[in-house]
Amino acid sequence: MHTDFLTMVFVLMLATFVGLEIIHNVSRLLHTPLMSLTNAISAIAIVGSIIIAGEQHSTASTVLGTIALAASMTNIVSGFLITDRMLKMFKKPGTKQS
Amino acid sequence: MIEIIIQISYLVATALFILSLKFMNKPHTARMGVFFGVGGMTAAVVGTLLNPHIVGYEWIVVGLVIGTIIGVPLSWVPLTAVPQRTALSHAFGGLAAGLVGVAKYYLWLEEGALTQFRTGAIVLEILLGFLTFTGSLMAAGKLQEIIPTRPITYKGQNLINLALLSIAIIIGVYLVIHPEASFLFPALIVLSLLFGVLLIIPIGGADMPTVIALLNSYAGLAAVAMGFVLENKLLIAAGALDGSSGLILSIIMCRAMNRSFANVLFGAFGQLQTSAGTAEQRTVKSATAEDAAQIMENANSVVIIPGYGMAVAQAQHRVRDLYEHLTKRGVDVKFAIHPVAGRMPGHMNVLLAEAEIPYDRLIEMDDINPEMSEVDVALVIGANDVVNPAARHDKGSPIYGMPIIDADKAKTVLANKRSMNAGFAGIENELYYAQNTLMVFGDAKSTIGEMVKYFAGESGM
Repeated sequence: MHTDFLTMVFVLMLATFVGLEIIHNVSRLLHTPLMSLTNAISAIAIVGSIIIAGEQHSTASTVLGTIALAASMTNIVSGFLITDRMLKMFKKPGTKQS
Repeated sequence: MIEIIIQISYLVATALFILSLKFMNKPHTARMGVFFGVGGMTAAVVGTLLNPHIVGYEWIVVGLVIGTIIGVPLSWVPLTAVPQRTALSHAFGGLAAGLVGVAKYYLWLEEGALTQFRTGAIVLEILLGFLTFTGSLMAAGKLQEIIPTRPITYKGQNLINLALLSIAIIIGVYLVIHPEASFLFPALIVLSLLFGVLLIIPIGGADMPTVIALLNSYAGLAAVAMGFVLENKLLIAAGALDGSSGLILSIIMCRAMNRSFANVLFGAFGQLQTSAGTAEQRTVKSATAEDAAQIMENANSVVIIPGYGMAVAQAQHRVRDLYEHLTKRGVDVKFAIHPVAGRMPGHMNVLLAEAEIPYDRLIEMDDINPEMSEVDVALVIGANDVVNPAARHDKGSPIYGMPIIDADKAKTVLANKRSMNAGFAGIENELYYAQNTLMVFGDAKSTIGEMVKYFAGESGM
């Protein structure tokens, strides 16, 4: 348990540093799409919801899991789709409008 | 064996997520970022579906279908509504984390498997998840203007909020010491939900960019907490990426308004200043749209400074037409973007990109300011506080110290505005009274439209 906990803290620390470093370099032009992209990525919570909805331990847990699953899936679908929709609008300099 | 495959799929997903964010560096690689993100998510979901603990797939399918049905239309919202959508998806993220926490608590309670470590992680997950849920719903409501955007304050507000949070923390600590004290668990849920509402109520519309970024960070931290509950490193890594992204964006927003986190959260900005501005009647010079068009026609360089008012008036496409006419005549046109122009970080860039203005013309505040004194014409459309020179020198002004775009340094300033009413923060703008400023009164869409008509008519002859 203790080594497990430390491993998790390790992952948290490294991912935070990587995150700060990468996000710092994101063009300010793209901060709105960045936010919808990270929205979709943090909907990785779907992993936890899938297991709870699939384990079917009790009716209550299955219902909670299914709602959580639907909420996460909403974020994944709308997050990726709207990010792509916005990014398509950033026209390369010099290209004429279509 | 299957366990190893699952772990490998999580490893791959984590790598793809990091690459996905890395591709957001530059506009021309950014769409690859979405591609990698989808890849990572697919790897993670497929890996999870292999989990041997899953006994039936029917509810999983139900969840996936419902999510898709809600998610697809949510991605069609107009770009002015993207901040609301973002807040709403933070709410969904918080809700998912909170619900998983609730389910896990009762499952483990039943099995007698509640360790102190697990309870501690669940308490954090509940707190962060549910406060993000209601807080983000409030923020979405304010952005959609279902809830009054002005700060709602009452006496002793900060004290009440602090007391609520303290009680929640005390309950949380007690639960960690006595994980079986399940009668306290619903109280923790209710307090977290309530705290989220009370935290956002006193925050005004002008601070929404910061609040959205902050809630983004909380949503990420809720996912991290869920990772600790489920002992899942993928959740921890992806949540940390989201959390650090939200953190960086909120720091940028705070800096752009010269405010601290504490000030945003507890300051109730833009309400209590009873217009301390000198009430003396000063005169402004005004010009017609046609005059303005002529001035720009004879300029070498024009910097357009858009504010959210431009988007409210739906004037982006007219502005694009104006940009094209001026560019065709050899005028160098740039757009100066203040970090808090719009209602979320980077919002103005997206709105202008939608109007098909090339992104190399969108210049950040810090890069354009050194050039402003060489610029012939600064055209201010629907922006107010972000060009108010009082922020530089008037220590009595509520926006003193906020970085601004130095529109006043341009040789001529053309300011389009509907009337002389004060801006969002309720502050007089001395830019409008400056010697080199001409006011062009009227609705942004029709005024810019008239300028475009002037150019169109001229080239038609």
